[in-house]
Amino acid sequence: MSRERTRILIVDDEEIVRESLSAWLEKDGYTLATVPDGETAVDRIRKERWSILLVDLKMPGIDGLQVLEEAKKAQPDAAAVIMTAYATVDTAVAAMKIGAYDYLVKPFDPEELSLMIQKIVTQQSLVRENVLLRKVLKREYHFRDLISKSPAMQAVFDLARTAARSNSTILILGESGTGKELLARAIHAESPRSHGPFVAMSCAALTETLLESELFGHEKGAFTGAVTRRKGKFEMADGGTLFLDEIGDITAKLQLDLLRVLEDRQFFRVGGSESIHVDVRIIAATNRDLPKAVADGSFREDLFYRLNVIPVHLPPLRDRLEDMPLLVEHFLEQLGAEMNRHVDGVATDAMGLLMAHTWPGNVRELRNILERAMVVATGHVIQALDLGLRRPPCIDVPGTGTMASLEEVERHHIVRVLQDSGGNISLAARTLGIDRATLYNKLRKYQLRKDGETETEPEETM
Amino acid sequence: MDVYLWWIGGAEADHELLGTLRRQTEHVFHVTARAWLGHHRPADAFDDRRQQHSSTRILKWLLESRPTPAAKIIGITDVDLFIPILTFVYGEAQLGGTAAVVSTARLLSDNGFRPDPNLLMSRLEKECLHELGHTFGLLHCPVPTCVMARSVNLVQVDAKDPALCHDCQTRYAEIRKQGHAHHE
Repeated sequence: MSRERTRILIVDDEEIVRESLSAWLEKDGYTLATVPDGETAVDRIRKERWSILLVDLKMPGIDGLQVLEEAKKAQPDAAAVIMTAYATVDTAVAAMKIGAYDYLVKPFDPEELSLMIQKIVTQQSLVRENVLLRKVLKREYHFRDLISKSPAMQAVFDLARTAARSNSTILILGESGTGKELLARAIHAESPRSHGPFVAMSCAALTETLLESELFGHEKGAFTGAVTRRKGKFEMADGGTLFLDEIGDITAKLQLDLLRVLEDRQFFRVGGSESIHVDVRIIAATNRDLPKAVADGSFREDLFYRLNVIPVHLPPLRDRLEDMPLLVEHFLEQLGAEMNRHVDGVATDAMGLLMAHTWPGNVRELRNILERAMVVATGHVIQALDLGLRRPPCIDVPGTGTMASLEEVERHHIVRVLQDSGGNISLAARTLGIDRATLYNKLRKYQLRKDGETETEPEETM
Repeated sequence: MDVYLWWIGGAEADHELLGTLRRQTEHVFHVTARAWLGHHRPADAFDDRRQQHSSTRILKWLLESRPTPAAKIIGITDVDLFIPILTFVYGEAQLGGTAAVVSTARLLSDNGFRPDPNLLMSRLEKECLHELGHTFGLLHCPVPTCVMARSVNLVQVDAKDPALCHDCQTRYAEIRKQGHAHHE
């Protein structure tokens, strides 16, 4: 059981010590390895997983305390025990400060050694049990691919589960990267329509005519290039769910067309005269403030009420930081499977950095950052540096003698990222932790060009 | 398979004691056990600095000095044994090997007084079976009453029975079976 899983590394420059200690411990059934110096020890600690490290304090080259320091970075869960010929308060204090589990004075009392090893094995077994229990508990925190233990998100999950059973239109509101599409997919999967199709469509970054054709399809010859009849997303989603993302960005004409479909459940293909009836459940989503858009006249009030039958608000990540450890664990597991690479977790200071970040790109940004960290991390634990997150930056906003507004800071930051990425929208969006459509929206909002320069044309066509 | 029990202590050999150990070895491991009365003793096992005898050096000596027919040999002594990393050991054995050694020195009561002879005999018997168990390839057993349980103090020694627990008996039978298959 736990004995076979317990891997002990003995680090001592004296062969007789290595041999006698490993011979004594092998009879307990532990997996053992011995190394004669600190350099080899560090190498093996970086490459392999160990449960217990028994490390001699005084060795030529890298000494026991340096090995311990490295072990704390690479494998903080391993219990490191320092072995020393002479116990002094200084060495004991130094070892314990670095994070040694304990220290033993050579030669050891067999009872002391036996008790210590047993204690470590029991503790580690409890930790493993705890991990298993947390996994069981984690299932409780799941709503399909979404995961959270925050009360706000749990309320979202409850509402979504209930709403999934109905046919009512759902409006998901939330910042970019909060998981609106994941929630829509989860609702579809929990609904009686789960055997039907789930069709997703982003309404941003498409021209009105293109979007119209995408949504409703077109007849052959309806417009130049329409060489064949083509089904639109509404028809494709027949019997299932149509997810309309960035619904706040559609033009007035499309708002009206959509309103008609929602009211009549039928529509015409572009260039067509035959009315097509579909059985589609609509889930719409936006990161825009729709009531404000209604108030300023840019969004139809009647369409808003048609969409806003069951509104679901997804909170931003910064408002549910209690989910950070859970999300980190979840993504490391998920990314590990995708990348075929195992990482134990993140170091304490790295977690501190994750908790301090403001997460403008929300959960998507977190996933991207962890993906990068898994690529660059050299050990079994992700360190603060691997995250590539800057310490909370001081953003210099030119031309402001007073504190900048959030919008000014955002605009300035987007300009900088665009300039850094040489106008590459995909790269800039990835750096910002938002999707391309959101970045296009923000460019439009701040009247910016792809290169970060201010748009001079009164109308932009991006 | 012949197991030899060799008294290598400073005092005179106790024939009755060796006879009991021999019978118990045969009973627990289903082997032929013999008491060996060779008169020479390991000469270079004493460590001046530690004022103890190196059990590892005794094992080496036993391997070199054992009678030819001995498939396993256990040296029984009355000197205090140590391995370099520990202050003392009750005994030592080669895991899945040939030689083992066990001492009565630390099996006396904690204050150094000789306990009831029956109690000392019982402790020696258990430690002897324990070390021989290792030479057969048995590991430490988590059952505190099994003779293969790790014992680092006399309370633990006294808590053991002079027998293998059910699981260790099964494991021993498997090891013997594999050994026979290997020889065939």
